[in-house]
Amino acid sequence: MQREYRFIGRETARKDGLGIVRGREKFIDDLKLPGMLQAKILRSPHPHALIKYIDTSRAAKLDGVKAVLTYKDTPPWKGGLPPHLGVLSNVLRYTGDAVALVAAETEEAAEMALDYIDVEYVPLEAVYDAEEAIKPGAPQLYPQFPGNSFPLACPWMGENSLQEVAMGDVERGFAEADIVVEGSCRYDNIPNPLPLEPPGVIAAWEGPRDLTVWSSTQTPYFLKMMLHYTMGRINVRSIAAHCGGSFGTKAVPWQLVFYAAALARVSKRPVKLFYSKAEHFAAYTLRLGSAFSGKIGIKKDGRVMAVAGEWLINSGYCSDAAQGMVAVGCGEVQLLIRCPNWAVKPKLVCTNRNASKMVRGYGGQELEAAFLPVLNLALAKAGVDPFVFFKQNYVKPGDDYFWRDGNRWVCRGIDYSAAMEKGAEVFGWKEKWKGWLKPSSVDGPHRTGVGVGVHGNADVGEDVSEAYVRLDPDATCVIYSCVSEHGTGQRSSLCKMVAEVLNIPLEAVSLAPPDSLVNPYEFGPVGSRGTYAIGSAVIRAAEDAKRKLLSRGAALFQCPAEELETKDGFIFRKDDPENKLPWKATGFDQTYMGYGRFEPDFSVPNFVMIFVEVEVDMETGKIAVKRVVGATDVGQIIDPQSLLHQMHGCLGSAGLDSAIFEESVLDKKLGRILNPNMVDYKWRTFLELPVFEAVILETPINTHLFNSVGFGEIVTSPAPSAVLMAVSNAVGRFFDTYPITPEMILQTPGKGRLKA
Amino acid sequence: MKENGLLLMVNGQSYEFKIGTGPGEVSPSHTLARTLREDLGLTGTKVGCNKGECGACTVLLEGTPVLSCLTLTVECNGKRVTTIEGLEDPETGELDPVQQSFLESGAFQCGFCTPGMIMTVKALLGDMPAPTELEIKEALSGHYCRCISHYHVLDAVGRAIGKRG
Repeated sequence: MQREYRFIGRETARKDGLGIVRGREKFIDDLKLPGMLQAKILRSPHPHALIKYIDTSRAAKLDGVKAVLTYKDTPPWKGGLPPHLGVLSNVLRYTGDAVALVAAETEEAAEMALDYIDVEYVPLEAVYDAEEAIKPGAPQLYPQFPGNSFPLACPWMGENSLQEVAMGDVERGFAEADIVVEGSCRYDNIPNPLPLEPPGVIAAWEGPRDLTVWSSTQTPYFLKMMLHYTMGRINVRSIAAHCGGSFGTKAVPWQLVFYAAALARVSKRPVKLFYSKAEHFAAYTLRLGSAFSGKIGIKKDGRVMAVAGEWLINSGYCSDAAQGMVAVGCGEVQLLIRCPNWAVKPKLVCTNRNASKMVRGYGGQELEAAFLPVLNLALAKAGVDPFVFFKQNYVKPGDDYFWRDGNRWVCRGIDYSAAMEKGAEVFGWKEKWKGWLKPSSVDGPHRTGVGVGVHGNADVGEDVSEAYVRLDPDATCVIYSCVSEHGTGQRSSLCKMVAEVLNIPLEAVSLAPPDSLVNPYEFGPVGSRGTYAIGSAVIRAAEDAKRKLLSRGAALFQCPAEELETKDGFIFRKDDPENKLPWKATGFDQTYMGYGRFEPDFSVPNFVMIFVEVEVDMETGKIAVKRVVGATDVGQIIDPQSLLHQMHGCLGSAGLDSAIFEESVLDKKLGRILNPNMVDYKWRTFLELPVFEAVILETPINTHLFNSVGFGEIVTSPAPSAVLMAVSNAVGRFFDTYPITPEMILQTPGKGRLKA
Repeated sequence: MKENGLLLMVNGQSYEFKIGTGPGEVSPSHTLARTLREDLGLTGTKVGCNKGECGACTVLLEGTPVLSCLTLTVECNGKRVTTIEGLEDPETGELDPVQQSFLESGAFQCGFCTPGMIMTVKALLGDMPAPTELEIKEALSGHYCRCISHYHVLDAVGRAIGKRG
């Protein structure tokens, strides 16, 4: 039975809501420091080149220009995984790679100075496709990564980070299978998560080894640690502004910091770098390119016996998180499918295009979008309903899987079957599913089709969180948790949790600013970990503070602390609530500081299932998403509005629409992204909103006080393959690449002749 | 107005600028977004793309929504500009009903697109007593929201219409 709460699960206004609707919240581009310079970057016109000659003297003499830097005079900081990128280099590896940096009094002066930098390039041969990049004789990007292949180890996930899915005996599995299919699918349209606000940072040196960074990160403390390790163990203070959307992409903008900090060091002034939208499109973060090619064996009843194949991942010109995304993707695919025999080998490759970095979906979306269409071939042969298949296969309590740390974990979460069934019922799956490659309905040239996808993530309990909660004599409290607000309402939700523990008005709870100088270690709100991991630390800190308060109260009431309770800033005996004392009576100007810590736990996967209905116009090729139903079970809702927002997010951040129209169009002759603007890069407008229904169950999950689990990160992941399935069913053919374009629909053989 | 001068009426206050390229002067190439943000400190107006493609920088010029990143400041000489900061009652601080509706509906996630959307809705409801859902969607179709707060925004617009009775 669900408990009744004062704040948890109830609608409450976001703490920053008033600031947002009044236009008063400060985002990174709204901040100004005295003496602050503006930075601009000269970018490579070539996809692969050497700098033969560079002269900045003309630029440096211009009015207002305070610093011009090239690879010859930048500090020896190094980022990437493993570290392979300095601040600047004489080797340029994608069209848009940084050639030189300028800091000037104004943006205009900095921009103009770029034209006065004289450069001679030696163009080199470039490579864009992962398949081409690993061939002998292909152009090589880094001498230390022969074959353009990155090592797969991800040391910060542990010594044995997951680098493949390997277990059992696939040959035996295939021998035992009734149906074996071979196939491949590519999800390499590199859509852009594209938060509305471009990324930006401000860097200021307080001393030779003391750097302060303001940024639009969602994870200020994690950024501090990353910069500490990559910038020669310097002392970093990391402060987050309000974040105008991230979807993972702004968590660790280390390259922007490198650029701004290098300029700030030389100019001895604070330096701001705020990317233009074109830079955001063509020189920031794309999704990983992903292709699966392999063999899947199943029984007639849909049990999977063996999966073997290669997962080819294209990370663009560098990697800073791809190994982690590979590890998590390899873990997540095991949550979807019960299979005793696996041999899936990832291969991570660099190519001469803009980089793929951390994005919502984090490896799982990329693998599943490419893998599931191949699995569908087997399910279609067996005539197995994909919804029934997912329901049977999705990880259940007691099932095990290898997670990103390479360890075997046993699921101690809940069975999500009830949420799946409720979702299917609301969607009308039984009525609409007519079998593989069969439309749900046909009306002249309009055909509808349905698809379903599922996704979950055991990273909800990843990494470490720490928090303090301070009780003040005026019956208010302050939470110290290094979380910035990036749209999920996480800061407000943490306040709700603490208000609930301390039983004080929500207005009495505030959260310290997201500043690493003030707050303890916090990995940050990524991987849906806000509710369980961050929440646990904050709840424990509040409980600890409460314990301290009540043990002080015990002396006043002359009874054991266990017999005391607190509400609205008063302490009283549970058996005599009328006889109460205010917090401040426990000591003159006394505050209480509680501490909480969360240790990683990968045993509670979360879950979402996405059902989609599409309508395809066979005469024009237009694909319209008509209806989406999202189903989940979160244990206990913390904040209804925020949760619903996260569910709707499946239409955003390079999610669902990457199946039909979102792509970064890479010209493989010029090596350029051809659509780095918001007209040519297509996005869904208000006029094309599908009907969206959410099914959210609350079956208590064994996590923390509120039996709740986070949800936000996962919702985009099941959508692309679900849409692909829906379109396949509508038009009567399988697809093996994204996005499905109108042209592909019009090329469908026999497209006009289908009978209902 | 003096020659080489520029008068802007922003949120009910008059501001005089000199046209030029010196410090504190408005250059003929300056956009309204820049003048509002850099010279007047009105950073509630957000710039998402700076190319007129995302709607974030929408403000009202004589009551009509315009993209302030595509509007030159010198074009606004003698005109009334309203930004998100100018919607609330300057005396009491009471929110405009559209702002209040966005707050109550929780019609934002990261909040970067919110000021622009509020300005568009403000103008829409000023022009139309009871816009249809299609008219509301049409009016908002130039606003990019990557978090997908669209459904809550539509709820907020409905709520704002309701508030007018």
